[in-house]
Amino acid sequence: MANTKLMGLFQDPEQAAGAMTKLKEDGFPVEDLDVYSGSPFPEGSFGEHEPETRLFMFPLVGALIGFAIGLLWTAGTQISYPLVTGGKPLLSIPPMTIIMYENTMLGAIIFTVLGVLFESRLPRRKLGLYDERITEGYIGIIVDCPEERAGAAESALQSAGAEEIKKEEG
Amino acid sequence: MYYRRTLTDAQINRELLDVVLRTPMWWVVIVSILGLIVAGAASAFGFMMNQGLGVTGLQQPIFWGFFITNFIFWVGISHAGVMISAILRLSQAEWRRPMVRAAETMTVFALMTSLLQPLIHAGRPWRIFYWVFPYDWARGIWPDVRSPLVWDPTAIITYLTSSSLFVYTALIPDLAIIRDRSTGWRRTVYGILALGWHGNPRQWKLQGIAGILLSALILPVFVSVHSIVSWDFGVSLVPSWHVTVFAPYFVIGAVHSGVSAVVTLMILMRKLYRLENFIWEEHIDAVARLLIVVATAWLFFFWLDLVFALWLKEEQEMTVWHLRLFEPPWSWLFLVFIVCSYIIPVPLWMFRRVRRSFTWMLWTSLMVNVGMFLERLIIIVPALMRKGPWVFTYDTYRPSAVEVTLIVGSIALVAFLLMLFSKFFPLIPVWEEKEGQKLIDEVRVGDRVVPALVKEH
Repeated sequence: MANTKLMGLFQDPEQAAGAMTKLKEDGFPVEDLDVYSGSPFPEGSFGEHEPETRLFMFPLVGALIGFAIGLLWTAGTQISYPLVTGGKPLLSIPPMTIIMYENTMLGAIIFTVLGVLFESRLPRRKLGLYDERITEGYIGIIVDCPEERAGAAESALQSAGAEEIKKEEG
Repeated sequence: MYYRRTLTDAQINRELLDVVLRTPMWWVVIVSILGLIVAGAASAFGFMMNQGLGVTGLQQPIFWGFFITNFIFWVGISHAGVMISAILRLSQAEWRRPMVRAAETMTVFALMTSLLQPLIHAGRPWRIFYWVFPYDWARGIWPDVRSPLVWDPTAIITYLTSSSLFVYTALIPDLAIIRDRSTGWRRTVYGILALGWHGNPRQWKLQGIAGILLSALILPVFVSVHSIVSWDFGVSLVPSWHVTVFAPYFVIGAVHSGVSAVVTLMILMRKLYRLENFIWEEHIDAVARLLIVVATAWLFFFWLDLVFALWLKEEQEMTVWHLRLFEPPWSWLFLVFIVCSYIIPVPLWMFRRVRRSFTWMLWTSLMVNVGMFLERLIIIVPALMRKGPWVFTYDTYRPSAVEVTLIVGSIALVAFLLMLFSKFFPLIPVWEEKEGQKLIDEVRVGDRVVPALVKEH
């Protein structure tokens, strides 16, 4: 049986939290429930599934890549056009570290942003089940459930005080 | 911090997205005027390219003048934007909310403008790429990584990329808000820019972590960039430039001028965009208190620079300081610089009434930046006004009309870009304001009702 998605729209955060409780009580797994809001709420406000991320890995990988590029750039350019000055070693380490440092930080920052997008599951081509009132203060409770349980989900959302219930089309 | 008015999400959208969703006449007038000034400056630059650098006041032995001064000035302004935003985000200071976006955006536009200055200064801008990028594949000549002229663009491009990403990441939820209030092609464009943002707990959590993580990463970059800019001077052998204190001196000077610019920007924003519900006396007061500390730290480094010269009594360096302190017009400019940067504003900021007055704060913050522009000019030009061996023709530096036009144009350019930005994106983060409203409450303590803040760490 195919899955379907429903969204209950709530104006009051307490009602939205109540809907989440009711849905969980009715046997909907917390992983299949989601909350959309126009601004952040403290974690766990709606008893939602607490997301885990591995964002910390991204800046580390980015920093390593940036460092490697910095090293290649600074050492490579000096080696490919060797200009020995005053009998000193060809590779001039102190100025190399300046460029390598900047490259390391740039790599870390670019990868952090990429990590934020990746872990946020962005970009998404289609909005799917959504309502514009969410960015005006409404809270959307999303239920992803098998078709035959859609009725139960709808009545749980209704009983919690949803102003409107939308169903994914197609 | 006291929230005077409780606003609903819809009200916050309406007030902060006012200029984004409609185009007021005053906005058109201001942008047109600024655009004309920028066009005038672009014409002056075209004239200079056609005629050569002879139309500037640069001449033997002074080859660094207004353009390089302006470069340092705008790099400085750009620094405090992200610095103040990053520090406030890291420390989770509640009063950050109305100022972070404008400060970060100013950073990006000020940096872009600063990058233009060396290009203008080169006279033949395309030649500057010789220093930075490989230009002769046939002979295999590469840029010299030992030159500060290569460190500079590396650092500034790193900072510009980082700041732009920093601004964009925090802008995504607001882009979704605008997407939801737009129609037609605007909805499509904002939809693409918002990347399909829904605002689920996962996305909000990452948005919060991103703010802190990017702040932590960008702060060391901020310190490094202005240090590297200072090494353009510090690693040279020019007397009074070749000093170890230049890096921290430049960094703290950048913070001083940049935070003052943030104050100017916030006050102008409040007036123009009618943001009285978001920018209050308390915000300006808090920044002014920060400015007292920053300005005094800057004065200490300025003093160190002077003390080191007096301690060494190196003849050529003493000559430069003599020129700066006792010979007109430099002595007059020096007086204006120190009076504007410290002597007038800082004692005034000691008074709560001044700190909470938008008018006083506007003028004193502008005054700081007049002083800080002169500071850079005084660092650069007198140090070059030396008759070196085998130099037989030399003169002093008088900026030409072309240079003055380009300086005015650079100020107009930053303002023009900020105005354009404000037409398409909110200057105050809408989602952060909404979050702030949600977390604030009032509690009774004895006979007083005071604001209480609900936070999670």
